[in-house]
Amino acid sequence: MSVDQKMDSSRRTLLLATSAAGGVAAVATAVPFVASLTPSERAKAAGAPVEADVSKLKPGEMMTVEWRGKPVWILRRTPEMLASLDKTDEKVSDPNSVKPQQPEYAKNKHRSIKPEYLVTVGICTHLGCSPSEKFKVGADSGMGADWPGGFLCPCHGSIFDLAGRVYSSMPAPDNLEVPPHQYLADTKILVGDDGKA
Amino acid sequence: MTTKSQAVLNWIDERFPLTSTWKAHLSEYYAPKNFNFWYFFGSLALLVLVIQILTGIFLVMHYKPDASLNASGVPVAFASVEYIMREVPGGWLIRYLHSTGASAFFIVVYLHMFRGLLYGSYRKPRELIWVFGTLIFLVLMAEAFMGYLLPWGQMSFWGAQVIVNLFSAIPVIGPDLSLVIRGDYVVSDATLNRFFSFHVIAVPLVLIGLVLAHIVALHEVGSNNPDGVEIKKKKDATGKPLDGIPFHPYYTVKDIVGVVVFLFFFSAVVFFMPEGGGYFLEFNNFIPADPLKTPPHIAPVWYFTPFYSILRAVTYPLFGLDAKFWGVVAMGASVVIIAFLPWLDRSPVKSIRYKGPIFKMVLVVFVIAFFILGYLGVLPPTPGRTLVSQICSVIYFAFFLLMPWYSKLDKCKPEPERVNFK
Repeated sequence: MSVDQKMDSSRRTLLLATSAAGGVAAVATAVPFVASLTPSERAKAAGAPVEADVSKLKPGEMMTVEWRGKPVWILRRTPEMLASLDKTDEKVSDPNSVKPQQPEYAKNKHRSIKPEYLVTVGICTHLGCSPSEKFKVGADSGMGADWPGGFLCPCHGSIFDLAGRVYSSMPAPDNLEVPPHQYLADTKILVGDDGKA
Repeated sequence: MTTKSQAVLNWIDERFPLTSTWKAHLSEYYAPKNFNFWYFFGSLALLVLVIQILTGIFLVMHYKPDASLNASGVPVAFASVEYIMREVPGGWLIRYLHSTGASAFFIVVYLHMFRGLLYGSYRKPRELIWVFGTLIFLVLMAEAFMGYLLPWGQMSFWGAQVIVNLFSAIPVIGPDLSLVIRGDYVVSDATLNRFFSFHVIAVPLVLIGLVLAHIVALHEVGSNNPDGVEIKKKKDATGKPLDGIPFHPYYTVKDIVGVVVFLFFFSAVVFFMPEGGGYFLEFNNFIPADPLKTPPHIAPVWYFTPFYSILRAVTYPLFGLDAKFWGVVAMGASVVIIAFLPWLDRSPVKSIRYKGPIFKMVLVVFVIAFFILGYLGVLPPTPGRTLVSQICSVIYFAFFLLMPWYSKLDKCKPEPERVNFK
């Protein structure tokens, strides 16, 4: 080593340039691999709107339709159920639906187009479980004597009222999402397309 | 040895370090002579790893990672597991060995980790062994989680839904990240296929690499022992540790006893209670996955429940970020913090035998808190239970974060010069 301590700097530069070019090529090669992990064209195309016929839904009943692989609930609320929203106003974290969890036309107290029908994605905003219906009022519900009816997520205990509004200090940060939807007829709802976007 | 076989061995040794490797890791690897019961679990973990790989290879021959519905309306993946159970000769046994093996893996690994905690096995110069070990634990959790999706039952589906959504809690990149993990907007066929790929190829390769690194690092510095004193400090004239005995044949033979006892319990579970009372195989997982309906009570498999409880315990938003995000951070931190143990423990002694009353008390409280967290993790949450899990989560973290102080304060007994051995 003592003979030649001098470094051939032009070769070192060449070495560095080659390594850098090789590194860029290696990173570029990773692009298609990462891209292959993103949703495929088929998965992207699977989001077609679905029609729901609510004519057979009785007051106080709920039906579920599948939209983009998720459950969408349609709840026909009774006048008592709607009245319960006044009581839960002070218990929920976002009573006026300020956070963009719904289209503009559902940004109201009952979070729906027609007060009677609630259309919402039945997926908890915490970690994606589907909350269970707890429509029974009072102690019978197992939710405490002053329970006004609502939803309970079985996974982490988040509670929602009958407009899908989340109670304060719950694991779930936001109200249930209201999907874009429109009424094709008086009792026919199209979920996934509101004709606006 | 006959001259002929000696010649063959010589021929190999000139081309491959067979004899020297055998000596370095087995016949001339000196382990402390005072190993007790707790020292079985390392080799048992290796045994379970072999069981899992072997049974896994055979399961893949019949299993189909396909979420589409078959002619009778059952997801193909779910049906293929039923097919293995009912129609493949011996299939039920191979599958129960694999499913029981998963729980057994965590049992022996938890006991193996607790051994380290008892005898200070993570202390200098064994920090890297411990760090590799924590990584193994982390990778093992990923492996178990991805494997749990494959039967495509209700618990598989909703468990994956919850855990993948954890990543969406990360600010800015979260939603896109969970999309890349799922490969779809919901847990779907794409998710099932990639989890299958990870579960059978990618993660096991990483796991085996880490296990190798764990053992190589161990054999470099030598094993700790229940007294926590270095046997390499006292050597005889030939340079062998006075308190060491060759791993082979002494500990290979001793470990066989451990293997027999382990297989006794393992077989009892496999043949008489493969569902482990609903803890090893959850009852809801015998129902095919239904993306529209979460089971009324959803809980992870038992080995995840302590960490799951910590996740659920966080219910307050902080710094303008949701409680959900902090829950994820707390859960991640609760696993990662284990790796820092070597630098948190400032006690002058390694082993609990010579540690003072403070450590002993703190360890008991920690273990109780860990069990309570595990127990609460399988139950549906109530406000009372959430409070208890919050208290236990604080204890869990305090055990680690306050260690630099209480381990220094403790009144320790002097360590012996050599190991105790009767």
